[in-house]
Amino acid sequence: MSITIDVNGTQHEVEGDPSMPLLYALRDQIGLRGAKFGCGLGQCGACTVIVDGRAVYSCLMPISALEGRAVTTTEGLLEDGEPGKVHRAFIEEQAAQCGYCIAGMVMRAQHLLERNPDPTDDQILDGMQTNLCRCGTHAAIIRAVKRAARS
Amino acid sequence: MTIATKTASETRRTLTRRSLLKGAGGLVVAFSLGAGRVQAQDLPQAGELKSVSLDAVQSYLAIDADGLVTVYSGKIDYGTGVRTGFAQMVAEELYVPLERVTVIEGDTALTPDQGPTYGSLSIEVGGKAIRLAAATAREAMLANAAEQFGAERSALSISDGVISGGGQSISYADLLKGAAFDLDLDEDAALKDPASFTIVGQPIIRDGLPGKITGDFQYMQDFKLEGMVHARVVRPPAISAAINAVDEASISHLKDVQIVRKGAFLAVVAEDEWTAVRAARELAVTWDAADSLPDQAELWEHVRQTPIVKDEMTSDIGDVDAAPSAREITATYDFALHTHGSIGPSCAVADFTDGKLISWSSSQATHRLRRQLSDMFGIPDDDIRCIYIEGAGCYGRNGHEDAAADAALLAREVGRPVRVQWMRHDEHGWDPKGPPTLIDMTARFDDAGDVSAWDTEFFIPQGGGGRVALLGADLADLPTTSELNPGGITNDSAIPYGFPNVRTVCHRLETTPLRPSWIRAPGRMQNTFANECFIDEIAAELGADPMEYRRGLIDQSDARGLEVLDRLRDFSEWEARPSPSSGQEGARLAGRGMAYVKYELKRTYVGVVAEVTLDAHSGAIKVDRFHVVHDCGQIINPAGVRAQIEGNVIQTTSRTLMEELTFDRRMVTSLDWASYPIMRFKDVPEVRIELIDRPNDPPWGAGEPTAVVVSAAISNAVFDAVGARLRSVPFKPEKLRAALSEARG
Repeated sequence: MSITIDVNGTQHEVEGDPSMPLLYALRDQIGLRGAKFGCGLGQCGACTVIVDGRAVYSCLMPISALEGRAVTTTEGLLEDGEPGKVHRAFIEEQAAQCGYCIAGMVMRAQHLLERNPDPTDDQILDGMQTNLCRCGTHAAIIRAVKRAARS
Repeated sequence: MTIATKTASETRRTLTRRSLLKGAGGLVVAFSLGAGRVQAQDLPQAGELKSVSLDAVQSYLAIDADGLVTVYSGKIDYGTGVRTGFAQMVAEELYVPLERVTVIEGDTALTPDQGPTYGSLSIEVGGKAIRLAAATAREAMLANAAEQFGAERSALSISDGVISGGGQSISYADLLKGAAFDLDLDEDAALKDPASFTIVGQPIIRDGLPGKITGDFQYMQDFKLEGMVHARVVRPPAISAAINAVDEASISHLKDVQIVRKGAFLAVVAEDEWTAVRAARELAVTWDAADSLPDQAELWEHVRQTPIVKDEMTSDIGDVDAAPSAREITATYDFALHTHGSIGPSCAVADFTDGKLISWSSSQATHRLRRQLSDMFGIPDDDIRCIYIEGAGCYGRNGHEDAAADAALLAREVGRPVRVQWMRHDEHGWDPKGPPTLIDMTARFDDAGDVSAWDTEFFIPQGGGGRVALLGADLADLPTTSELNPGGITNDSAIPYGFPNVRTVCHRLETTPLRPSWIRAPGRMQNTFANECFIDEIAAELGADPMEYRRGLIDQSDARGLEVLDRLRDFSEWEARPSPSSGQEGARLAGRGMAYVKYELKRTYVGVVAEVTLDAHSGAIKVDRFHVVHDCGQIINPAGVRAQIEGNVIQTTSRTLMEELTFDRRMVTSLDWASYPIMRFKDVPEVRIELIDRPNDPPWGAGEPTAVVVSAAISNAVFDAVGARLRSVPFKPEKLRAALSEARG
């Protein structure tokens, strides 16, 4: 099937099996690298993107459910090609080691801050709980989310 | 004098930057293109494109006609920040701005074989050679400039890559005119005085970090080649299995799928990635599978009964058997099998054209991988090039090399470039594992109550840090090693404490249940867990404060060790008293415990204090805080060191509290993050760090040492809280409940 998806403000025609997850469309057809394949099971959050204001696992969301909907990836948070607010906070805190989980963390943080611009420490932990990091960058990520909320 | 030559030879070929870039097309050109595609004409060549010998400066360093500096490193950065560290060291030695330095890592055609990236040795050993190359080059360029200027060498100075003196000046670029260095590495080259450092010691943002956050960074998983097809492997339902039948018709509804079958190796290849995923899922295969693994419920009996192939004595001081023994305490410790748990499953791309193989992977050891692929396919090393591209963090030898073997085999079979992406169950199920470790501890006391003997035995698989067998070769009945290589796991079985009689013996076992390899601080973590808990058991037995007790037992001439312990006491506001604490009531109890290591008894010092609270009813342990005092000598990048320490504490807290691989008689059964959970945000401890910087000492590793003290500090803190000793990692709630009922009789 062929469907039209709005990704980071641009309309993209996506071709494929209706059950194909959004992740494969983003990476293989649209050419974005931010969302990562981590588990394909909705367990790790490396593929997290925002669809119409909600954080979703793009490794699970089939393209057939996305006609006419708006998808935001970490690339969509750039401001005039430069790092956006959440990006800057993560960069300033050096909140990445291998970084494979980080674009998903950025989108999870963006989603959290869109819903709650001034989260408490517990709300940050709650909001980030779905996403896994193996390098142990959690402490730096929490500092980055706090920094983004303050800025 | 001649410091550079343009005379090309077979072994030391001179290359301009342009030709280097062309030669390194797979790596450098790909990074500069938005879509990450390498054009066919940019396909790199096999063989060696420049000197890679360990004793030549040009193997490590080049300066082009524009003054841009390229560093060639055999050690690679998988998120640790060492690439940035190397650039800082070279920029410092050469007096050039950091942004003028580029680092190329792990490319068999371009970088020297500095050994696998393991053992916390990248800065310590790899960086040392690179720094010496830069210093050798600088000194030679200074001598050459002095000759040209007719000036004294001592009258020259360097600023921003320009040598000046006697009213004249010349840039490195003008001096070299794009030629390669023709110099041997000088082991005694004068290094820059640390007092004048302006780049080393600075918390420079790690190279690649902004792009990882914005999505611009190209990981191995993002790498594409023109004409590439997508593959997925179909692994057997057992370690020991053979294909009975493959029902090709079961995927006839999927377009353009090719099935590749060789021995027990099975894979599907498709033009489109999602089609490959579906084909691997939907392909109907029947297997003849057999039991080959022990019963996990009886794992430790199995380990104890495994034949011992040799005993290695890692310390033998005095005579343990003749030591006075008025009484003794004994304990057995064990540490579960762990998986690396990379967030991104392994991925590799290969092109196998006209008998020449180019392999792109996240291998920690591309030179070794090349030799393994050479054995696997029976082609010469010179016909193979292995190129490193940073992937998801691996923390040791995970599936990266296996994915490289899969991709190479498939590229040969289908005659096109192939990308293999392992799925989550492939990585959790088939990457090599940290082997189970069993340790028996005995301490004997004399009549006066002092320890007379420390006598410990480690039951660990045989082998070292050599080549780990390639899974794909094994399945396809192609040549690969049958050796076990779990890493240097006898390290830190010996102790830093001065008892009169000490014997530490490693019983090297013939086999271990699953293919082993190294995971962050292999052996050192398990061994230090047992040692640092047992020293705490002795302190408790003697009614001594655990910090003071250790301090009195380490070498009193080891000022750095003493300083780490003294600073730890102050930094953590340690209250001197024996464990367990007394006077706590109720179900929620708090404790503090410490652990100390001088890594491998010869390098980085780490002392930690863990603070825990636990729920005596449920058995749940919450690690609230870690205090870390860390001395790795000269700090190249404090932000990098802090990130490594935080990561070591958090990752190892996860391993200690939660992680345990499961298997049945046929295969691994913990195939996802639900069955192999790791720590999430709410359980992450606060990590407080005090760095001891010693700019005048050599830099030592920081990627592993902190990891080894974490398990013991948590166990000791639990003992402090409740008087129950946890001796089996992971510390799952049921184990604490059992330890509590035992302690409380």
